[in-house]
Amino acid sequence: MPRGTVVIDTDRCKGCGLCIVACPQKVLAFSGNLNKSGYNVSHMENPDACVGCGFCALTCPDVAITVYREKPTT
Amino acid sequence: MGERLLLRGNEVIAEAAIRAGCECYFAYPITPQAELLEHMAREMPRLGRTFVQAESEVAAINMVYGAAAAGVRTMTSSSSPGISLKQEGISYIAGANLPAVIVNVVRGGPGLGNIAPSQCDYFQATKGGGHGDYRLIVLGPSTVPEAGELTMLAFRLADQYRIPVMILADGLLGQMMEPVELPDPIDADSLPDKPWALTGAAGRTPNIVHSFDMDPEGLRQLNRDLQAKYGRITDAETRYETVDTDDADLVIAAYGTIARIAKTVVRMARAEGIKVGLFRPITLWPFPTDALRTISGTAKTILTVEMSAGQMWEDVRLAVAERAETPFYGETGGVVPTPRSILSEVKKHVR
Amino acid sequence: MSVDTAKMTKVFERPASLTDARFTYCPGCSHGIVTRIIAQTLDELGIAERTIGIAPVGCSVFAYNWYHCDAVQAAHGRACAVATGVKRARPDRIVFSYQGDGDFASIGAAESIHAANRGESITVIFINNQIYGMTGGEMAPTTLVGQRSSTTPDGRDPALCGYPIRFSEMIAQLDAPVYVTRQSVHDTRHIMGTTKAIKKAFQNQVDGKGYSLVEILSTCPTNWGMTPVNANKHVAEVVTGVFPLGDLIDRG
Repeated sequence: MPRGTVVIDTDRCKGCGLCIVACPQKVLAFSGNLNKSGYNVSHMENPDACVGCGFCALTCPDVAITVYREKPTT
Repeated sequence: MGERLLLRGNEVIAEAAIRAGCECYFAYPITPQAELLEHMAREMPRLGRTFVQAESEVAAINMVYGAAAAGVRTMTSSSSPGISLKQEGISYIAGANLPAVIVNVVRGGPGLGNIAPSQCDYFQATKGGGHGDYRLIVLGPSTVPEAGELTMLAFRLADQYRIPVMILADGLLGQMMEPVELPDPIDADSLPDKPWALTGAAGRTPNIVHSFDMDPEGLRQLNRDLQAKYGRITDAETRYETVDTDDADLVIAAYGTIARIAKTVVRMARAEGIKVGLFRPITLWPFPTDALRTISGTAKTILTVEMSAGQMWEDVRLAVAERAETPFYGETGGVVPTPRSILSEVKKHVR
Repeated sequence: MSVDTAKMTKVFERPASLTDARFTYCPGCSHGIVTRIIAQTLDELGIAERTIGIAPVGCSVFAYNWYHCDAVQAAHGRACAVATGVKRARPDRIVFSYQGDGDFASIGAAESIHAANRGESITVIFINNQIYGMTGGEMAPTTLVGQRSSTTPDGRDPALCGYPIRFSEMIAQLDAPVYVTRQSVHDTRHIMGTTKAIKKAFQNQVDGKGYSLVEILSTCPTNWGMTPVNANKHVAEVVTGVFPLGDLIDRG
């Protein structure tokens, strides 16, 4: 499985939690950090499990997530 | 130009709109302006332009709003109750600084009223009707040929000032037939550019048409800009006609078809040695306050005659104040005053 | 956080047709997902520069702030009439309206039906979250029986307020529309289905085929009194039972 990673724009994140539930690999969780709007923003709790499927980004209502996937090595 | 045709007021307004370059016409049937709708239904598709019979007057004015936002010349027509339905849409068009032409062929009111002619929508046209601090340019034709000329003017002023313009006709004017030389069609290349219009944001930043600002200071600026525009229009576009007012003891103040009847009254009165004149506003907004104020300096009486319970009468009294007497003679319900009935009112006020 | 772009490819980012503006929607609100899908569609079809959007009144009143395209803000309920005016004036532009359940199905019911009946060549996006968001959680025509709202504090009683209206089914009765579908965005699979539907609805207009309507079951976590995650569960388990998903007409 290729590895992936996501970058979450914490200024846009509203802590809605949908990305956490959408992730099939249980990568994401609430970070406990509040952004400047007071939202408990999402973060990669288990980054090694990310495969770059993008489900989190598809569901993010604030389009706060950018998704990367490892280039194939072959 | 050149050919004189015997045409109905409604048809002349429709044909003049076409010659003024009206691209899109949206309306709902209502008496007494059906002939306007029918003329557009026949002619617009023939010319490759848009005719839509909308599902209501509310829908029609919102279609006008959309077409105006897209930068084309557009018009709707209706009569009193239908114009009531359009008020929200008119406020939006005015607030968004869009050009549009709205024709009101006024009928008896209030409520369902009847289909006879009236002038009972003056307040609605000139004092708002819709919500908010806005104005329409309101034009009051008094003959069928003038209805055509003022329709051409309406489209020009609407585009020039980005403002909705209302043609305030009535059921008598809409239905009567007169010989008319129709105005020449405009040159399509003479239409003004509309860089603000919604045409697709290729090669520029997007245009947004709206009348919305949640920030009170922002909305205040929108309002200040509108008021400044209305000031410029008042200075430049006020129009009126006077007949025999220089030496008149009594001046009739009237607009539309009543002014036409009043011209006959002026002749009848003068033939009896009574010095009567006529002051006829052509723009009901901006109302020719200064001109009337000047005339009230020499005339002893300004008699307002309207097919209403006294609407333009209030603007006359504002203009005249204490400088002259300001009696009123009106008929409501679609009753049209005759020259004799107006003359008899005149005689009550001259010694 | 930096990503090693030598080793990683970007596979998803904000669509180009989306502006940088931060959405004014509540946390977890479906509006944001649909907005992103529309922007993505404008990118994929390459039509942003000839698109004109009609913004409604409601939570999405600021819709014109989200896209890099021309837009006009319509009076409440009138977006389909405004869209008609724009499209008739500029037939070669892509015109879409975006409306909530009050705008589309209550105050705008006549305009919504008649634009469909005339077969106006427009794309209509109808956000059905069974409540009025912006004005404080009042009953919508689509509010469920028994659902509490600020104007049905004891739950919607059909004896007083009738039943939730299945507006897309009504539109589907008409002869002119070419595509009428009901979708949802409550999980990834359904988000992908909505994406296909919205793309088809815009493609139909690009191809000059006629009127398309995409109704999207959406959440309003704030006025439903639920977390965003539970709101999505509510759509999956309850709302789809009242508003069945799927294509009602596909004549394209």
